[in-house]
This record gives sequence, C-alpha cells and structure tokens, in this order.
Amino acid sequence: MHQALSAAISIGFFGLAYAMVLYLISVGLSVTLGLMGVVNLAHGAFAMFGGYAVTELMARAGLPFWAALIAGVVLVAAGGAVLERVLYRRLYGGDELDQVLLTIGLVFMSLAAARFGFGTLDQVFHPPPALAGTITIAGRSFPTYRSFLILSGAALVALLWLGLDRTRFGAMLRAAVDNPRMAEAVGIDTGRLFAVSFALGSGLAALGGGLGAEILPISPAYPVQYLVDFLTVVAVGGAGSIRGPFLAALLLGISQTAFLYFWPASGSFFIDALTLGLLMWRPRGLVPAA
Amino acid sequence: MIAADPVAALAARHRWRWPEALPWLAAVAAFFLFPGYLALGAQILASILYGLSIDLVLGYGGIVTLGQAAFFGTGAYTAGLLAAHGMGAPEPGLIAAGLAAAALGALSGLAVLRLSGLAQLMATLMVAAMLQSAADKASAITGGADGLQNMAVGKVLGLFAFGLYGRTAYLYALAVLFLCFLGMRALVHSPFGRSLVGMRENAARMTALGAPVFARRLIAYTIAAGMAGISGALYAQSTGFVAPDSLGFDRSGNILVMLLLGGIGRLYGAFIGVPLFMVAQDRLSDLDPAYWYFWIGLGLVLMVRFARGGILGLAARIRRE
Amino acid sequence: MTPALETIGLTRAFGAVTVADGIDFRLAPGARHALIGPNGAGKTSFVNLVTGALAPSAGRVLLDGADVTRLAPAARARRGIVRSFQITSLFRNLTVLENVTLAVTERHGAGGGMIRPAGKRRALIEEAWAGLEQLGLADEAARPVRTLAYGRQRLVELAVALALRPRVLLLDEPAAGVPAEEAGRIVAAVEGLPAELAVLIIEHDLELVFRLARRITVLVAGRVLMEGSPAEVAEDPRVREVYLGGRRA
Ligand SMILES: Nc1ncnc2c1ncn2[C@@H]1O[C@H](COP(=O)(O)OP(=O)(O)O)[C@@H](O)[C@H]1O
Ligand SMILES: [Mg+2]
Repeated sequence: MHQALSAAISIGFFGLAYAMVLYLISVGLSVTLGLMGVVNLAHGAFAMFGGYAVTELMARAGLPFWAALIAGVVLVAAGGAVLERVLYRRLYGGDELDQVLLTIGLVFMSLAAARFGFGTLDQVFHPPPALAGTITIAGRSFPTYRSFLILSGAALVALLWLGLDRTRFGAMLRAAVDNPRMAEAVGIDTGRLFAVSFALGSGLAALGGGLGAEILPISPAYPVQYLVDFLTVVAVGGAGSIRGPFLAALLLGISQTAFLYFWPASGSFFIDALTLGLLMWRPRGLVPAA
Repeated sequence: MIAADPVAALAARHRWRWPEALPWLAAVAAFFLFPGYLALGAQILASILYGLSIDLVLGYGGIVTLGQAAFFGTGAYTAGLLAAHGMGAPEPGLIAAGLAAAALGALSGLAVLRLSGLAQLMATLMVAAMLQSAADKASAITGGADGLQNMAVGKVLGLFAFGLYGRTAYLYALAVLFLCFLGMRALVHSPFGRSLVGMRENAARMTALGAPVFARRLIAYTIAAGMAGISGALYAQSTGFVAPDSLGFDRSGNILVMLLLGGIGRLYGAFIGVPLFMVAQDRLSDLDPAYWYFWIGLGLVLMVRFARGGILGLAARIRRE
Repeated sequence: MTPALETIGLTRAFGAVTVADGIDFRLAPGARHALIGPNGAGKTSFVNLVTGALAPSAGRVLLDGADVTRLAPAARARRGIVRSFQITSLFRNLTVLENVTLAVTERHGAGGGMIRPAGKRRALIEEAWAGLEQLGLADEAARPVRTLAYGRQRLVELAVALALRPRVLLLDEPAAGVPAEEAGRIVAAVEGLPAELAVLIIEHDLELVFRLARRITVLVAGRVLMEGSPAEVAEDPRVREVYLGGRRA
C-alpha cells in the first residue's frame, strides 16, 4: 500500500514536470496548425535552439540561467518571425505536401547546423545553484529543479491562458481560429496576427526547450527525436486548441512516465497504442477547436 | 473542334511512350558501367519500389502517411525470419513478405482510413511505432535492437547466389521492380486507378457518383502495403540483415522526401527522386559526412520555393511553356 | 401511385438551428418540382439528408417505396438518387471529359476494374463525350475544369449529374449566378430531360421556377410552409410575406 502510494506520487511528480515541458513546446505547433493550417514539422527545431541558447549562453558566455533563458526565447522568437516572413507565409492554406517538404527541409538544415555549431553530444545542463539539489516535502525528497519546472510551467500556462482570454490579441486569435474569413471581414489584420502568433509559438517552444533541457536532452537529433511526441500532443489535444494540448500533455506525460516506470521495456508500445486509441475515439482531438 | 480529339487522347493515355523505356535502359547500363556500386544499386532499386508504394498511397490515393515503414519492415522481417529458419529461398520469401505486409495493411487500413488530416498522419505513425517497439522488445524472435543476424538466403531461381559484389542482388531487384512496376502501371491506368485520383481530388463528389470510397482506398492501401513489404524483403535478402530501424520513422520520412523530390502522383517520380537522393547521400556523405543533411535540406526548401511539384512537375511546366 | 421519392418526418438540427423539422415530402415519378425558400431555410440540408450526406436525427427516406434511410450515400447514388451541388463540386484538376467519364464509369459499375486500362473502355468515354456535346461543352472537353469560367463549370456540374442517368435528380441552384447563355443551356437541358425522371430543383429565380416547375414546395426555417401549383404558390399571402417580401427587402 505504502509502496503503491509512493509510486503514484513519483509518477505524478515526474509526469507533471514532463507534461509542462511538452505543453510549452507543443502549444505553438497547435496554433500554427489550427490558425495557419501549416503542419510545421520543424517546430521541434525552435525548442532545440532554445535549449542550445540556454546551455551555451550559460556555459560559454557565463550568463546566469534566467538571462540565458530570456535571451534564448527572444532570439528564437525573432528567428521564428523572420522565417515566417520569408518561408512559412507562402505555405498558408497551401498544399500539405509542400508544407511537409519545406519543413522537413528546415529540420535537415537545423540538425546539420546544430551539429556544426555544437557537436553531436548531448548538451550538459546544470540547473542554477538555487534550483539544484532536492527539497523535502512531507518527508519525501524531490529534485528541486523538477519542482520548479512544475510551478513555473503552471504559472506560464495560467499566464498564457489569461493573456489569451483577456487581451485583444487573444480575442483576435480565437476569432481567427474559429472563422478566418469572418475575422478578415471584421478588419483583423490576419497577416500581422499570424506573424505575431508564429513568433510567440516559437518563443514558447524555445522556453520549453530551454527549461526542459534536463528532461529532453538537447542534441542535433532533437527535432526528429521528439517530433512525434509534440505532434501527438497536438493531435490528441485538438489542433488549433490552446487548452486541449494541455490536457493531452498531462495525459501523455503522466501515462508515459507510468508505463516506463512499470514496464520500462515495453512502455512505448502501450503509449503508442493508447495514442492510436485516443485518435480513433476523438479524431479531432479531446478539445476540438471551432 | 480542337485539333486533337479528346476522346482519342483519353483512350490512348495508357499506351506506352518511348521515354518510359529510359529508366530501364539506365538501370541496365548502370549494371555494366558501375560494377563497383551494385550493392548500392540494388538498394536504390528496392527503394524505388518502396517509393512506388508511397506514390500509390499518397500520390494517387491522397492518403497522407508517415508510417509506410510499418509495411517495409514487416516485409523485411518476414523474409528475414524465413531465411533465419531454414526457408531461405528468395522468391517464396518475397511473396510471403508481400502477403504479410498486405494483411497488415488491410488490418491497419480499417482503422487509419477512417481518419483524415493530422489524425490520419499520426495514426499511420503510431502503427509503425508500435511495430518498431514490438520488434525491439521481442528479441528472442527478432534479435531485438541488434537485428536479425543469422539469415541464410538461398540462391535466386536456385542458381544465383547473393555475392559480395551485389550482381545477383542488383538483377534480382531489377526484375522484381520491373514486374511490380508493370502491375502498378496497369493499376493507375485502370478505372480503379482513375477513381483513386477522383477521390484524391474530391472524395465527396466520388461518393455522390456512387463510388465506394472507403473500400477502394482500403484496397489501394493494402496493395501499397504489399509493395512496401516486397521492397523490405528485397532489402533484407540482399543485405542479409534486418534491424528494428527498418520500421522506423526515418524509413517512413526519407522515402516521402525522395518521392516528393521526384514528383508525386506521376508514376515516375520515384525513379528520379530515389536515385538522386540516395546517390547524393552516398557521395555527399563521402565528401562531407556530417553536413550532407544541410544541403539536402536546403535543396528541399529551394524546391518548394522554385520548383513545386518536384522535378517532374518542373519538367512538365517547362514543356508546357 | 408510389412516389419516386418520399420523406417522412425528416428531422435534423445543427445545435440550436433546426434545418429540417419533420419534413414530409413526396416527389411523383416524372415530377418537375421546385423547392424554394429564403436563404438558410434548409434547402441544401434537405438535399443532403435525402442523399445521405447528412444523417437525420429522425424520419425516413423512401425511394420508390423502399426505405433507403440506412443506406450509405454511395449506395443511394447507385440506386439513382443523384444530385448537383450548389457550390460546384468537381475534380478541378481533371479535364471536363474525364470528370464526366468518371461518372459514366461509376454508373456502369466499372469503376472498380483494376486490370483493363480505362482507355480501352472506349464506349464509356464516347458516352461521356455525347453528354458534353449535348450541353455544348465539347470544345472544352480537354481542358482542366479549373480553367473554365464559372458558368461553364456549372454546366459541367450538370453534365456529371446527368451522366449518372438518375432516377431522382436533385438540382441545387444549378443556374444561380450563371450568365444568360449558360443559364439558357441549363434550362433547356432540364426541359429536355426524360419525362419519367423525377426532378427536384432548388432555385431562387422565380421566373425560372414558374417556367420549369409544375409543383412548388416552400420551405421556411426547416418546415414546409406550403405546397401547391405555381399559381397557388404565387397567390398565397404567406408565401408573399415570407419569401417574396423577404427577397424584395
Ligand atoms: N454543417 C453545418 N453545420 C452547422 N450549421 C449548418 C451546416 N450546414 C448548414 N448549416 C446551417 O443550416 C441552415 C440551413 O442551411 P442550408 O440548408 O444551406 O440552407 P439553404 O440551402 O436553404 O440556403 C443555415 O442556417 C446554415 O448556416
Ligand atoms: Mg443552399
């Protein structure tokens, strides 16, 4: 009994931390898919470069964790904005296969670039001293950094949702996902809206990549290695939805942790089966957008 | 009246045209010109068959798949396991591989084809991922992550052994590819093939015409799975080795890129995209082993910007102008 | 006499909007029947319910007295329930001739053939060609549909429907927004249809309706407001109010 409880707490804790990272990275993917109709297979690259920015700025430039994180987010968001202007913009509402081809092309380029810049090994990630070690809650010890991930993830999610609920930008975004033509008709500048959303989505991915560098180690293979996880979160949650992917991230984060805890060898098989079942059950996602 | 009679033109569409001989002439010429590269050549030929299977599913059927490796790998393991258990005759192995993969295609198609868009794409991916996990786990049968080691592949037609230089493998793959291609070509020119194109263009309209859309897609999906399975078996038999990565995401994704590079839904896209990609991979990774992905990536991005529809699409546009 | 098509209590809602509210409707063999009503009345939804593209929450659809409510859309089409789409629905990248050939091929039940080339079934292509000539589309036969002007595309839409040799033909605003020349062709084609074929035509242009239809059903907010001869409908004050008044405003 005690053991079962202990296992449940561990799974809940580690699953939650993982879910936060998954969600932060995937929410931008959901928006690009729902709003712009673009299957951005290169989305993981934004997260990867966020991770590289954080680890490298800390290791080489000696920046503190926070500064490195913010710098990484800003850099990647700016890069996302540029790519949106130059490349993604042409894909909106266009041929799915063109999207696949172009974004796979970007994946290839990004993994070669990462390899050129940073080598093939996993990046070493040290949490800042204040977040290193463990903390003890109710007689159990938890890694401090993961606890921080859960709390900061929850805060960010709350901030994001509140922001989208309360701001004009959020209202426009929701209107445009619901009905793009109507949004255009009532005078929403969808071009700008798309650009800002894309930059925001890339920035969030970078944030997730940077914060989560301990859970999803940063290496050149990152954009391919975790792409399926990010896509799963979006497909199961509901493309275009903001909250659906959170539900999916929780579900997948916790069940993945649980399966790997109990059946380390065959866990991934059951996760994939679970995903397939969820897709069959709810083809438009747990929380369909519009 | 316009110059050409449209009825006659449509009625003559399935006829052979002389450029269609070129890939085969090139393949035979390559056998004599590059005797040192026949092992690579055999893999290219097998991959062209794999590319054809994607063309049938995606180019003609309009079914977006990132999981075709499920069938490739199933074929590879079927042929591999047979060869590892004393049934190494290549031809029956090939047929068994095709049937096993087709059976899996029919079964998974029942689920996958009920979905569309992202959900469909993910479902194809999940099917392949599940098989890969299973192959990884069932190491008693498959050799696990180390791969299936002890294959003993017999002689082609009982006469020609698979040798070190890949001569047998090359000609064997070429013959199998040619036969499968004849079937595929007949299929896409048949009323069934035309109706697949109709469904790709507008499934609701096809339904309103009375066509059983789901059933026909399932048939196409099954046939394509069988082709992918045969291609996987060719790989397994000519390399004497199968590993779980034959079911992997890379195996599904790269072939898609190769086909799109050549041109999709045009029957000959795989004959252009696959050799180009694989030869470039071979050469570029010799010159610049780490970064060849950068150049192929750049090529893809530029292609979407300037040459939509792949190389054959570009060629068609140039000819029209 | 058994109606060619009958619906009994056909009902369906989208959220709070009831698009079909217990529709009882009969289409006699050989009918030339118009379905009119304001925008959003549920006319297209009715066609969707009859063809099976939309599932009803209640009610039945009978074809020649046989219940087809549980048949899949494709099966209903094979039994002769044929429609044209209000929003042109064609194979845009295929040629005009191919569009119609696909329809002819399905009607002959040959669409599943996997061995013999489609081109060798020349009779099917000739039949499609004849259909095109009839509608004056022969000159454009070899052009991809997407390159045709809107009015010509509407003609192709009709050609595809006719190629299926329907038993019951449902035309959803076939001539709306179409230039006079093509509209004339469409009207002539409908007038020239075989006498025994049952035709339901949805149309906003009342002049056209009175010319083509011998009976008219008026649909408002998913309900049948009235049914009668053109004269009866024209004189009905309710119709004037809801429909004519609404359109003039
Ligand atoms: N798929 C749908 N989902 C939600 N509402 C729909 C759908 N299709 C039609 N409607 C609504 O049903 C009503 C009837 O539409 P429709 O049948 O197209 O009318 P009509 O053809 O008479 O103009 C309209 O209010 C329309 O907005
Ligand atoms: Mg309508």
